[in-house]
Amino acid sequence: MNTLAALARVEAFAAEQAVALATVRHVHLAPHPLVLVPILLAGEAAAPLAALVGTDRADPQLLVVRQPRDRDQRFAFLADLARIVVGYIEGRRGETELVEATRNHEEWERHLDAPQLIVPNCGGIDALRLLGRSARFRSSQGPYPVDPLVPILGRYLTWFAEDRAPTAGSSVCLALTDVLGSHWATGQSALEDQHLAALLAWIVPQHFAPPDGRHLTGAQAAALTEDPARWPSAGPATDPEFDTEILSPLVTALQRAAGDPAAERRAEDGLRAALRDRLAPTWNLMWQGIDLLAGLPEAGHDSHRWMVDRGRFTDFARAIDEGAAPQPRREGAVAAAKRLADLESAQESYDKQRALDDPLILAGYRVTGEAFAGSVVAVDAERQDTTGRTPKPRPHVWLRTADPVVLRKGTKVACAQRPNQRPVIVDVKRDGEEYIVELELVDGMGRRAIPEEGSVPGAGEYRCYSTVLAAERFPPPPLPELAATPWTHGGPPAAYTPTGADHDEEWH
Amino acid sequence: MAATPPPNPAQNAARDPDVADRLAELRGPIPARHHDARTIAALTANPGCARRSVLDAAGVDKRALAERIGFGPRFGQSPFAISRGNAFEKLVKSDGGVTLLRLLCDELGLEVQEAAQNPDAKPALGDQWVDLGAGEREDRYRRTRDLVAASAREPGTGPVLADHPMLRLEVGGRAAYVEPDLVAFRARPRVPGTEVHAYGVTESAAEPAAPWRWYLAEIKSFAMIDGRADPVKVAEAATQSAVYVLAFQALLSGLGLPPGLVATDVVLVCPKDFSNAPTAALVDVRRQLAAVRRQLDRLPRIGTLLDGLDSGLSFDLSTDEDGEPLQGAAQLGKAVAAIEARYAPECISRCDMAFYCRDEARATGSTEVLGRSIRDALGGVAAMRDVLALSGREDCGSDAERGVRVEVDVDTDIDIDGAVNRDLDFAEAARLLSVARRARLEALAEAELRHREREAAA
Repeated sequence: MNTLAALARVEAFAAEQAVALATVRHVHLAPHPLVLVPILLAGEAAAPLAALVGTDRADPQLLVVRQPRDRDQRFAFLADLARIVVGYIEGRRGETELVEATRNHEEWERHLDAPQLIVPNCGGIDALRLLGRSARFRSSQGPYPVDPLVPILGRYLTWFAEDRAPTAGSSVCLALTDVLGSHWATGQSALEDQHLAALLAWIVPQHFAPPDGRHLTGAQAAALTEDPARWPSAGPATDPEFDTEILSPLVTALQRAAGDPAAERRAEDGLRAALRDRLAPTWNLMWQGIDLLAGLPEAGHDSHRWMVDRGRFTDFARAIDEGAAPQPRREGAVAAAKRLADLESAQESYDKQRALDDPLILAGYRVTGEAFAGSVVAVDAERQDTTGRTPKPRPHVWLRTADPVVLRKGTKVACAQRPNQRPVIVDVKRDGEEYIVELELVDGMGRRAIPEEGSVPGAGEYRCYSTVLAAERFPPPPLPELAATPWTHGGPPAAYTPTGADHDEEWH
Repeated sequence: MAATPPPNPAQNAARDPDVADRLAELRGPIPARHHDARTIAALTANPGCARRSVLDAAGVDKRALAERIGFGPRFGQSPFAISRGNAFEKLVKSDGGVTLLRLLCDELGLEVQEAAQNPDAKPALGDQWVDLGAGEREDRYRRTRDLVAASAREPGTGPVLADHPMLRLEVGGRAAYVEPDLVAFRARPRVPGTEVHAYGVTESAAEPAAPWRWYLAEIKSFAMIDGRADPVKVAEAATQSAVYVLAFQALLSGLGLPPGLVATDVVLVCPKDFSNAPTAALVDVRRQLAAVRRQLDRLPRIGTLLDGLDSGLSFDLSTDEDGEPLQGAAQLGKAVAAIEARYAPECISRCDMAFYCRDEARATGSTEVLGRSIRDALGGVAAMRDVLALSGREDCGSDAERGVRVEVDVDTDIDIDGAVNRDLDFAEAARLLSVARRARLEALAEAELRHREREAAA
């Protein structure tokens, strides 16, 4: 948490209303996201209890497990969920575009669309991960056969929750509270922001106003959302009070009704109605949150990042078609190292892209000393380096800033106006309370003896230079082939062979 | 007659008549609240909170107190989670220890004295399993102690596993009873380097001839999936187990035995993956043990905290013959407010008083409301209005606007008051905050400009 975002929280507290942390939307929003609110039974590892799911805000589908501890009912639930989720995914695999061959990759087809799954909070993503783990090794044969779609769903859920969700900049699987929390600062703690209703109450208190039309501040609206009866938790766990007072008697009633079809139907209807009531407020909040995000202007790098997502989706969907093995329980050493490098590089480029797209994000680096901003006070555009055979243009630019400059001489920086030009800090002088930074331009001026027009900042221009924008990406160190994994890292990983334990895992 | 508790220096300090009298006075004429492993473990969370320390030391029922002043806590446990927990524990223990011994031997690489691995030994298992669950707490404690004493006298005889043992720990001068799930008698790592920890395989400290030790086992119903369990739940279980280890160490010293005879690795038994089959891992609780011990040692030294309080202060929750409370909510609220709290958002899931403290922190505009990491990012400035004033905003009603030094609280967990230069902290906070505000305003202006350009282009 940088000081800028922390100060924004204090300002939100004082104003009793959320304040902006971003001026553009840094996630992609698909035209038809699949919204999923999963609920698991308390005390069990991954026993689904219910889910509200769909792409149409007016018509969500409710899936309910009557007895979550019953293995067959769990997988019947997952099969129902698979029909919806996998059906949705298949629907994104229509048209493709041709991607021309590069040095490292031959020509290929990329889907023009990709799925987007939105869950309420990071607990929801964890629930997807657990459901994915419980489903992906199952088989449609053996002693406990499941619907053939269940293992496919398991692989997709694992891809969503474990592969894409942690990757910075990917918008294929989003936790709404995280996304909203990175775009708005509330006057409460990050812990309280996990409650979707409370977070939205700070941002759009008018949606929480009582029927009498009384005006509420964000803080007042957030206080209202602490009533779990009116604003239940968005899952994946239900409130203990709901479990005690509503769910437990309903489950008991269902058990007692066994054998009497009429009573059974009545009890089941009661359970479905109770769970629908419980999930409906969250469902509406999900769409309110999505609308809020849709109201923000799209970030400059949005289409590029979504293109990466589309490419990854194309690859993964094809791998599933080709019958790839389920993701392993634990990744091997090489795969894990590669994944870590991928995550780091994704984070780095996401940070850089956000700073380029959004002055408010860039401003955060001024507080941490990774950036400084001010006006250009003098320019020596004619300056040349004459030590070589041909003179090279090396203009110097002096910038006055009130930011404390802690960057050393020789550091490369860049600004949002010309991100590909990376001047070097030559000198930093103190001038009273302010600093004068002298920069030498070394690139991004064209190939001629004199710099291209507009490539040298002019006096009086306002610039914000940051090291984050100048960060260079180096290719990750070469990793050995899978088969050459050294013994220090466990040796070559064993190839996946479905074992008995995978699909007839002992249950009760 | 109760067995004489082992001598304990902390206990003598707690019997400091002044402090004990003062604490009894604060609590009023109702019995002190009994501690259990969960509440003792909770002492290690937020140790800097004076309010919680005093209420805990005095044995005040915080839940009842919070309810009386209108801020009843809301956390509870789901009946599904409770029944699942009970069912799993019953399942693990249902076969008289066969499964447990197999787990200890096969999965944890422990060697258990007595050839329990031998399938022929099965019929004799009845002799190796003893249930200490029946009877009064004091009686159960005495039987547990006798069993340990007997087993220490004649190693290799007696039961291998004891179910529901009862241990005792001095908490603030009073005996608290704690109940581990199981004790495994006399085990040791079989092969060095094969101990399996919940955090992954770690190197064992065991030498070829590792000494025999007692192992405590805790049965939890959260799943261990692909060898990994929820780290938050593991940490909770570890702190709770540390309380048992500490109590067992006290038992050993009471018998004149070295406290090192109980392993500081506890056996955590959990369901494997999505099944009901148990699996086990060793959890090293040395760090938690130190934290619990430190908090318990601190309790008697509560005197310094009490010195600053008004003499008439009371948290008496008792009622008169008609069931009317002796002290009204307002009076109690005033008493609570008299002791300083150190609120953090994490308190909400841990401390019964949290909703009151949060309300108080909000009312005073304390940066504690936002959480500790945010407070640190704000340079440790305690009041929101001071933050705004230091950032350069005017009319926030702060002393800082008039150039008065305000409260800056940097890392108070470490008592190095003398070493901290308050003026430096203040200047650093002011510099940070003013840069942050200026950067934010400039960025918003630039964003507005970009926005207008975009609109003009469209």
